[in-house]
Amino acid sequence: MTFYEKILELEHFDLKKSWNSITDKIVQKAIHKYTLNTLDFLALLSPAAEKYIEEMAQIAHKLTLQNFGKVIFLYTPMYLSNYCVNSCAYCGFNAKNKILRRTLTLEEVEVESKIIAETGLRHILILTGESRAHANLDYLLACVNILKKYFTSISIEVYPMDKKEYQQLIKAGVDGITIYQETYNRSRYDQVHLAGPKKDYRYRLEAPERAGEAGMRSINIGALLGLADWRFDAYYTGLHAKYLQDKYPGAEISISLPRLRPHVGSFQPVNMASDKDLVQTMLALRLFLPRVGITISTRERAEFRDNLVRLGVTKMSAGSCTEVGGHSQNHSSAGQFKISDERSVTQVKEAILNKGYQPVLKDWQYI
Amino acid sequence: MRDVLTIGGKELTNRLFLGTGKFPAKSIIPKVIKNSETQVVTVAIRRVDLNGEQENILNYIDKDCILMPNTSGARTAEEAVRIAHIARAAGCGNWIKIEVINDNKYLLPDNYETIKATEILAKEDFVVLPYVSPDLMVAKALVNAGAAAVMPLGAPIGSNRGLKTKELIRILIDEIDLPIIVDAGIGKPSQAAEAMEMGADAVLVNTAIATADDPIKMAAAFNFAVKAGRLAYLAGPGAEKIHGEASSPLTGFLR
Repeated sequence: MTFYEKILELEHFDLKKSWNSITDKIVQKAIHKYTLNTLDFLALLSPAAEKYIEEMAQIAHKLTLQNFGKVIFLYTPMYLSNYCVNSCAYCGFNAKNKILRRTLTLEEVEVESKIIAETGLRHILILTGESRAHANLDYLLACVNILKKYFTSISIEVYPMDKKEYQQLIKAGVDGITIYQETYNRSRYDQVHLAGPKKDYRYRLEAPERAGEAGMRSINIGALLGLADWRFDAYYTGLHAKYLQDKYPGAEISISLPRLRPHVGSFQPVNMASDKDLVQTMLALRLFLPRVGITISTRERAEFRDNLVRLGVTKMSAGSCTEVGGHSQNHSSAGQFKISDERSVTQVKEAILNKGYQPVLKDWQYI
Repeated sequence: MRDVLTIGGKELTNRLFLGTGKFPAKSIIPKVIKNSETQVVTVAIRRVDLNGEQENILNYIDKDCILMPNTSGARTAEEAVRIAHIARAAGCGNWIKIEVINDNKYLLPDNYETIKATEILAKEDFVVLPYVSPDLMVAKALVNAGAAAVMPLGAPIGSNRGLKTKELIRILIDEIDLPIIVDAGIGKPSQAAEAMEMGADAVLVNTAIATADDPIKMAAAFNFAVKAGRLAYLAGPGAEKIHGEASSPLTGFLR
């Protein structure tokens, strides 16, 4: 059964009603279980669980220490191209937006790589919009060949691909994929993805599975919190991660918790997740899936990110820029969204050390 | 008589091995090593950055220690072998701790792939220390494959749950003619002492020291515990009695 088929089954289940029926007793029992099932996870995301956030935090902290130690892995994104054929209501790269667009030349990729590598970072996440005309597989493979000289781990956050394409990328040196479903709510998904190949919910949803089949070492998923009811998307994200963990035990599964940020086009989120909601989501995920990585990007402000360090986060971006060529050039294109934590890699490293954690800049080696 | 543990031709007088992956800062590792008096330190090759002066963990490990690079991240024997080759090329010596894990949920080792990797690397003159789930048949296969020691887990990595596999490890200690080093699961010094008392040749600890509020102090505590446990083993503890001695013996009439 693919996760898509699972979703079709789950849609018969009234989540709102279930959340309202969760009592304190159910929450308390779930918090202290050694292995949590999907119903326990549901309970931890309920309104009733809000008052148990500190209790959940204590356990989440302990579980994260046991499984990952006092370390935070760092990476940075490199935007290769902001051309896009999709019209996503919430995204700055929306094809309808009249913004400065470009694709990095291979020479520019080399310059960006050099500058990023000087910060000591060894993990890179390369991103593109969805436009095969401007950034096709051959282009990505050529970029990976350059990146390999500077980085020991290369992840991609690009359009969804076929298994064979993922296999080619893995062979070239890619070891990770990030792909967000944005929202698991099918009707909401259809509403906010106005036009373009991204309208195909199922093809995107099953991309992590195709990557897993291809042998991708790390798979990072997530929903853009704020697009639909955050509780709903948090629950489905957890189930999706569990599904992938069960099906591809050799892969390291991780979850990002991005929230909508302001951008060109001024889309208003329907259901902005508060700081407390984000924390509840993170804690529930940690208790449900102790071994899953949790990523927080520079979409979140510096002080909030620093406070999350002890709650279950395992990975953070640093020194980020969402503009194409943004690490080496000034404002040569429009960014995807506005970042909140504008600190340099050195400053982020210091902040993590001050929290009593070790910033880890290298955690993989191309073999 | 000196109590020495010999592995791969090296004589060790301290039986606490140290893992390095989970410390709050690399800068405290030298003090931890000093306080633990450890002579063997394991490092994941995936973490080693030879190009970063400050970031290179190898710069924080006392040169007198034996470096035991590990193959963390390997999902198959083939990947473990490739990582071992990277370790050797990076100048990390010829000791290698094999970790082959294809299960990211529990981080349990793949014994079958581990045996395969051991066989290949032992032939290439590595001193091979395989990390395995405790199993007598697997341990025997590792002996035949040329392992220098066997490293059974006490409980899953990072779980701090102690010697949950005690009875299986005890069998390895009794039956296998190689050093048995309990690796993973030891959460407290008392559990390390327990492993040593029962006759383990050494223990490897990372999480319990690295995530303690004061890792330097905890390193010292583990050092004492391992020494105490070893001394107790050598001293030969009195026989354990499950039941007290009855005041009215059932066989008293035989007198």
